[in-house]
Amino acid sequence: MDMEPILDVKQLTMDFGGLRALDSVDLDVSQGEIVALIGPNGAGKTTFFNCITGIYDPTGGDIMITAPKNGRTQRINGIKPNLVTEKGLARTFQNIRLFQNMTVLENVMIGCHCRMKAGILGAVLRGISTRREEEAVIQKSYSILKKIGLEKYVNEFAKNLPYGAQRRLEIARAMATEPFMLLLDEPAAGMNPQETRELDELIVKICETEGISILLIEHDMKLVMSLSDRIFVMDYGKKIAQGTPAEIRKNPAVIKAYLGEEIDA
Amino acid sequence: MLVNELKKSFLISLWFMFLTFPIMVIRVNTVENIIQWRWANLFFVGIGSFVLSALWRYLIRRKEQGIKKTEVDGVARVTLSQRLLRERRFTIPALIVIAIVALAFPFVFSLYQTNIMITALIYVLLGLGLNIVVGVAGLLDLGYAAFYLVGAYSYALLNYHFGFGFWTVLGLGAGMAALFGIILGFPVLRLRGDYLAIVTLGFGEIIRLIMENWNEFSFGPSGIANIPRPGFFGVEMNFEQVTVYVYFLMIALSLFTIFVVNRLQNSRIGRAWIALREDEVACQAMGIDKRKTKLMAFALGATWAGFAGVVFAAKTTFINPASFTLWESINILCVVVLGGMGSIVGVIVGAFILILLPEYLRFLSEYRILAFGTVLVLMMVFRPGGIVETVRRTYQYEEADH
Repeated sequence: MDMEPILDVKQLTMDFGGLRALDSVDLDVSQGEIVALIGPNGAGKTTFFNCITGIYDPTGGDIMITAPKNGRTQRINGIKPNLVTEKGLARTFQNIRLFQNMTVLENVMIGCHCRMKAGILGAVLRGISTRREEEAVIQKSYSILKKIGLEKYVNEFAKNLPYGAQRRLEIARAMATEPFMLLLDEPAAGMNPQETRELDELIVKICETEGISILLIEHDMKLVMSLSDRIFVMDYGKKIAQGTPAEIRKNPAVIKAYLGEEIDA
Repeated sequence: MLVNELKKSFLISLWFMFLTFPIMVIRVNTVENIIQWRWANLFFVGIGSFVLSALWRYLIRRKEQGIKKTEVDGVARVTLSQRLLRERRFTIPALIVIAIVALAFPFVFSLYQTNIMITALIYVLLGLGLNIVVGVAGLLDLGYAAFYLVGAYSYALLNYHFGFGFWTVLGLGAGMAALFGIILGFPVLRLRGDYLAIVTLGFGEIIRLIMENWNEFSFGPSGIANIPRPGFFGVEMNFEQVTVYVYFLMIALSLFTIFVVNRLQNSRIGRAWIALREDEVACQAMGIDKRKTKLMAFALGATWAGFAGVVFAAKTTFINPASFTLWESINILCVVVLGGMGSIVGVIVGAFILILLPEYLRFLSEYRILAFGTVLVLMMVFRPGGIVETVRRTYQYEEADH
């Protein structure tokens, strides 16, 4: 495994007024890794995601990314969400945020937006390059849907999809932005065991065949343990542990955070 | 069930008879100092409210059953208007008929009718412009008349001071309006929904009030008169000819607008607008620049108001701030909402209905606004999606080459 981390978060701190939601959290992800971020409810996991993806501007710390394509390291604290996406970090949302009244294909096409060029003039004149770009985007979107296994829904409205398919569509849409890293916020929430198993396979496939590294928040421990190369554990805004699944399973601090004080009996 | 419904309608009519009793039945004749009891009126109110209430309940029930049916079937109900729009067999002859009517109109009907048509076409332009902002991008703009004003005053002032002609200002006025669209856009980038509506409303009023009070610049409430009508390569034209000329100019401008707006909607930018309307946060997370996209919507929407404003000034030859009040903004918004948000055909139909209906309802004299209001309320209850519900052309994928 490449030792150079593609995402390196140092001492990340986020205050909301007097509330410290994140307290000096360190986290790193290397190329080709699947990393899980776990912790009890309210531990600050989603806040952590929101800081990285530019929805919040963190109060302190550094978020460094190194795009594998050119190897340049950049600090991305407080830049706009769309720029974070442009730089190659794409995310999904805990509560599904699809474009409900657009078709599945269009949802994925929106993901392609930042890799397209057509402007106002191009749109009005619809010259050869614009038409070609549109055609290419449709083909690309379809091929992504095929990889995710959603091609049978291609012309359906997103709101009419079954729940599990909506979650997968979120992943497809994020992949359309051509990221080098995917941030998945509870991708298995509300899924049944069958769907979770399929998701497990899908994530491994994305990581291995597409070369996209993955950072995910998840509560389903079975999924986390089988999927992750490394796990970070948070509680009350602090990182309390990190390590391989085997290490985390035995870590007393983690057990305490999840099960309470008097478990050691 | 039926008896129950009728009983409810009966009770409602009783309640109405009671409520309207003081104004409908009692009449005090101050000349002869007697009180007249008009019992017949009570009877009419009772019958009228009973029938209306029964009809209302029936329509509501039918609508609910329709919704229930779609839920059970799982397929979206395709309305008649949507079906008609999809059928090529129907659309092509319809377009031909419309084209013939549009071409023949000024030669068949009187000058007065042609003038009304020009006004309606101006509203088509305004409606299509506002449709970009409200219908497609989902940004509720209550100050749209301000851009209309900017267009109209651009022509009036540039002509007054520098003698610019109509054709020069047509572009300049649209550009000015777009600029004002961006100026309005910047402060409201972070706002949405109600807050956005209030700020845009304020903006519209500010622009109008400046024009009303800055006498040195805009000649205040007395307005600017003697604005030249549009010219045609220096050809001398009498009033009638000019009107016909403006009519065809508006037809051309409308076609141009429809063409551009349609292309914009079905492009990368149009998709971004729709995504912005659907979910702002997700939109940004997908790499769409919210700022740029919103500003583009405001600017492009305002551009059409600028065009419409210039034509309006040239058509009426006189403008003052009273033509650009909040009422005007609301009227244009009504065109969009009534016609069907996001639907180009809908907005055009809406513009014609909203402008022509009050004109041809003149025989109802002062009741026409009341009738108009009733129609609007009924529309919103029974067809909340507008006359022509959005038939946005979605991108379809057909697997042909695999």
